[in-house]
This record gives sequence, structure tokens and C-alpha cells, in this order.
Amino acid sequence: MSTTRKRVYGYLAEFKSASALYKGAEKIRDAGFKKWDCYSPYPIHGLDGAMGMKRSILPWFVFFGGMTGTATAFALAYTTQVVIYPTVVQSKPTNVFTVPAFFPIMFELTILFSGFTVLFGLLALMQLPRFNHPLFASRQFHRATDDGFFIAIEARDPKFSADGTRDLLASIGGANIELVEEEDA
Amino acid sequence: MASTSHHATENHTGVKLPVLEREKLILSGRSYHWITERICGVLENRQPLLWWLLFIPSALIAMIGVGGGLTYLVSTGVGVWGMSNRVFWGFDITNFVFWIGIGHAGTLISAVLFLTRQNWRTSINRAAEAMTIFAVMCAGIFPAFHVGRVWFAWFLAPVPNANEIWQNFKSPLLWDVFAVSTYFTISLIFWYLGMVPDLATIRDRCKPGLRKVLYGIFALGWRGGNRQWSHYEMAYLLLAALSTPLVLSVHSVVSFDFATSVVPGWHTTIFPPYFVAGAIFGGFAMVLTIMVPARFIYGLHDVITMKHIDNMAKIILLTGTIVGYAYLMELFVAFYSGAIYEMDAFKFRIAGPYWWAYAAMMSLNVLSPQVFWFKACRENLWVIMVVAMCVNVGMWYERFVIICTTLARMFLPGDWKTYSPSGVELMTFVGTIGLFLALFLMFLRFLPCINIAEVKWTLLESDPHFDDYEEHPDHGVVKEAAYQKELVSTK
Repeated sequence: MSTTRKRVYGYLAEFKSASALYKGAEKIRDAGFKKWDCYSPYPIHGLDGAMGMKRSILPWFVFFGGMTGTATAFALAYTTQVVIYPTVVQSKPTNVFTVPAFFPIMFELTILFSGFTVLFGLLALMQLPRFNHPLFASRQFHRATDDGFFIAIEARDPKFSADGTRDLLASIGGANIELVEEEDA
Repeated sequence: MASTSHHATENHTGVKLPVLEREKLILSGRSYHWITERICGVLENRQPLLWWLLFIPSALIAMIGVGGGLTYLVSTGVGVWGMSNRVFWGFDITNFVFWIGIGHAGTLISAVLFLTRQNWRTSINRAAEAMTIFAVMCAGIFPAFHVGRVWFAWFLAPVPNANEIWQNFKSPLLWDVFAVSTYFTISLIFWYLGMVPDLATIRDRCKPGLRKVLYGIFALGWRGGNRQWSHYEMAYLLLAALSTPLVLSVHSVVSFDFATSVVPGWHTTIFPPYFVAGAIFGGFAMVLTIMVPARFIYGLHDVITMKHIDNMAKIILLTGTIVGYAYLMELFVAFYSGAIYEMDAFKFRIAGPYWWAYAAMMSLNVLSPQVFWFKACRENLWVIMVVAMCVNVGMWYERFVIICTTLARMFLPGDWKTYSPSGVELMTFVGTIGLFLALFLMFLRFLPCINIAEVKWTLLESDPHFDDYEEHPDHGVVKEAAYQKELVSTK
């Protein structure tokens, strides 16, 4: 009974070097594609511009995450030391003017909350973790984490067309052009 | 070994300028695939005999020392350690400060050298970060168990006890709890996130099976798309920017445990910077101690070059000299302030029954790294290993001198007492060395010990404009590696 229908994910093309990938990315950006990505074994600096991407918004998340940490630490220290149970050690007072004694903990919690925001913010922005992806079905894509440079244009891009996109990839120096299909039950 | 050579080049005005060409970070013109093969080969191939010869004794020492020592301590009572009424911080806090300090070089290499665009860090940062994680794990054992009834260690967490008494947030000891636990957490995140692309590399090389599933889970489905790299690099930068002040704060806070007291020999303002410099110093020595053998065992000579080792030796020389300055400055301030208790504490350190510890600290930490002024010494791996070992031992003695000599003689002569560690204490310390080595060897066995993605990035051809330079060579410009063009292009 089982019939397997395949859905097209998009085209995957290999490029021979980081330079070729960079130039290819500029052409695809200029052709107006949106749903596509360059794959490389290491981060290529300057590729963001060549792809027409904006700067990551992660720092904003982290700023607010860090501020939450500072506020949490202050609230914790102030409430427990001044409001609930003022501990007098070595006759040192506890009131709002003793706040410098709370700075080390405020600093540490700022960093701690920022660090967690980096981790979870990054995962959210990268849309990870996910344990499978249509591209993993490709016969050559495993080289993207070794020594391969690839561009994949997704079929859901409005500019995508079965022949036109293939020709575009070929014309900008893409080799081993492959139609990647995802299995869809 | 690549040599530094001078080129006479011409700029646009026709004036010939000599330009220093930097040494390559990866030797022998290795390809991307070679780098992947070699680094993944470390964990994919059978481990060499030497690995087993190191791992089995380390694991045994860890089991007997840490496992046995702590079991005995918990079942009998903290009295089995040599701590006494006067020296209540003995070996254990010495070991804690020692291990925490070891960890710092890992963060320094990852974060500070990243922010300052020191690209030579890429070959050593992964192992150094792993070292940080394992060192902090070893460190945590001691404060947790020296409190006596370890099952009450939750008293340190910010929750009230049965009498609704809260922790004292003005106490440096509580600052310590926050600082060290934050440090461990952030180091772990930094280490793990840095490893995700490399875990994906290993995942893609695995045959289908359990290994592929496990590496796949930890690789989070990483694909290496630029839309991922872009966020990823920002995250890495942010973590580096967060870790840099963090690493300085952690050892400063550790030093506050001492400096905020009024005890002669501890009550010094030089402690925070002095502790941080000492931590970096000891940590770099430990990086060399573990990386030089690893480089030899796995044949990583083209990735960890003599240039990397040379740079680390120079940092050891610099920080060792800073530490030496701090020792002398402490002494000078004791003399110049006219504080008799302070001066007396120093007289006791230098000429008292602990003179051998002081002498060991001075000669191993201050004198031994001075051989690195000579290029021949920085190029000889035997000399480097001997000095690194000297520094490891010397930095342990530094903490011992600070803690034990001070506590052995506080203000009242009636309290004076010498301290010697008990067998259980010694055993536990040796056990943590075994634990550290065993964990590190497991790391070599199961995880990529060199940052594959970043090492590839330092290759010349990784620059997206590399082909343009190849096709249209500009004779006025000396070809430089990708990582240097970034700096050149900003001017």
C-alpha cells in the first residue's frame, strides 16, 4: 500500500572554492532569490554581504537577557539581605548603601543570563536543533562539513523554476547540480 | 619551520618598502580534506598504545584517589584531612585555587585571543577549553568536601535554610560560589557551541549506526549554511566578549577570599591582578604539558606548529615575569608600609619552616621561564616541557605558600602551628591529577581535539577574494593569509 511521493526541496550545486562561492552568491542575490543558502565547511567572512543578509539580531536578545540577570541578582540580594533577613556580620550594616557588596554577584548573574541567552537565542535563530533535513538526502552534501562549497536554492522561493534555476546555477559556475528531493509519505 | 623573510615591495608611489611576511599557521600546504582526515582520524582510528599506557593509570589513580579518598572522607569525617584548628584551609583550598587557575588559560586562549584576532589560537583553543572544563571539575571537589558534611553543600545555593536564614551576599565565599559556577557554565556553553560544526563533520563521516546517531544528536542538525554561520559567529563573538571579563572576575573573586580578610599576608590589593596573571601563567604551562605530547602522539605537527608553541612560551615568559613582579611588590609593600605583622608574615615565609616552599615557588615560577628569552630554548621541546612542568609545580607551591604559611602564623603566637597534609589529603589531590588526565584522554578519544572549522579558515585560500589575488597579482602587495587581510583592510 505504501506509496512514496517525493517533494522537491531544491537545487544543490557545488562550487570549486570559497571565491567561486562568493561570486556565485552575488549573482544569485542580484537575481532576486530569497530562499537559498551557501554551505561551507568554515565561516566565510564577507559572504553575508554577498548574500544580501542583514547583521544578526542576536546581540539585542543578549542585551536584554543580561539586563534580566543584573536585575535578578539585585532583587535576590536586596530582598534577602535587606528586606527579609538583614544579616549583620562583623557589625557591617545591611541597607541599600551596601550595594557595592552585591556587585560581584550582579556581575556574575549578568554574564550567566547573557550566556544562556546566547545559547538559546542562537538555537532559535538557527532553527536548530533539528535532526533531519532534506539536504541530508543529497549524495554529495556530506562534503559541506569537509571540503565542499555548495549553494542550495529552495523550491519554495517564488523565483524558483525547474529549468531556469538549474541554468542559472550552471551559468555561474555551479557543478554537480543535483535536484534534492525530500521524502514525503 | 617557516622562516621570517623580508620582501622589498613597491607601493604606488614607487617607494620600496620591506614587508614582513608572517609565518603560516598550517604548514606543508595541507588541503581542507587533509585537515578533516587528520583531526577526525584521532578519534576514528584505534588509539595508539601510548594512549592506553596513559589512560589506564590515570583512570586508576582517579578511582583510588578521588573515589576512594572521598568515600573514606565522607564515611569517616573531615578530620581525616590534615586541617587543624589553625590551618582550616590547607591542601584543599590550595588545590582548588590551583585547578581553577589552570582553567583560565583555556578561556584566555578562546576568548581574549579571539577578540584580539590572534589567529594562532585556532589550533589550540579546543583542547585548552576542554582543559578548562576538566580543571574546574577537579577544582569543585575541594571546596565542596572541605565543608565537612558535604550533603549540606546546598547551603551555598541561594535558598533559605530551615531557620529562614539566607546566605550572606556580602561574603566573598558566596561570591566565589556564583563566580565559579557561572564560569563553569559559560565555559561549557562556549566549548560546546564551538564544537557543534566539528561534531557535524564527524557525523557526516560516520557510517550509519549508534555513533552517527550520537554525534548527530550533539551536532544539533548543523548544516554549515551561511545563514547559520552568520548567527553562529555572532554568538561566538558574544560569548568571547562575555568570557573575557568573566575570566578576569573569577580569579579576582577567588583572590577576594583572601584579600578582603585582615590576615597578614592576605590583605593585599595586588591580589586580584596577581592571581589572574598567575592563573594564565599556570594555565598556559598546562596547555603545553598536554598539547606537546598530544601533538607528538597523533602527528599533528602541521596543525600545531612550532610557531604556536613559540607564542605560548612567550606568554609564559611574560606572565611569569608579571608574577615575579607581584612577588617582589608584595614584599616591598610589606616592608614599605611599616606593618610589622605583614613584614613578619613575609619573614616567616622566606626563612621559616616553609622556606622550601617559598624557594620552590620563586625558582620554579620566576627563574625557570626566564630561559624563554632565548630562541633556542623556545625551539627545544624538551626544554619547553621541563619548564612547563616546573611552572605547574611552582604554581601549586605559590598557592600553598599563600594559604598555609599565612594561616600557620596569624596574630597570636599561642595559635602558631605548622601544617602537614594527611595521607588522605595527598591521595585526593593525586587523584584529581589522574581524573584530569583521564578526562582529557577521553576527550582526545571521543571529541575533535582541534577546531576543524577554524583551522580551515586560517588557510590562505579560505579568503573569498583569494582567486582574484591569484589571477591579478599586484606586485606592490605581499600576499598574506586570509586572517591578516582583515586587519589590513581596516586601515
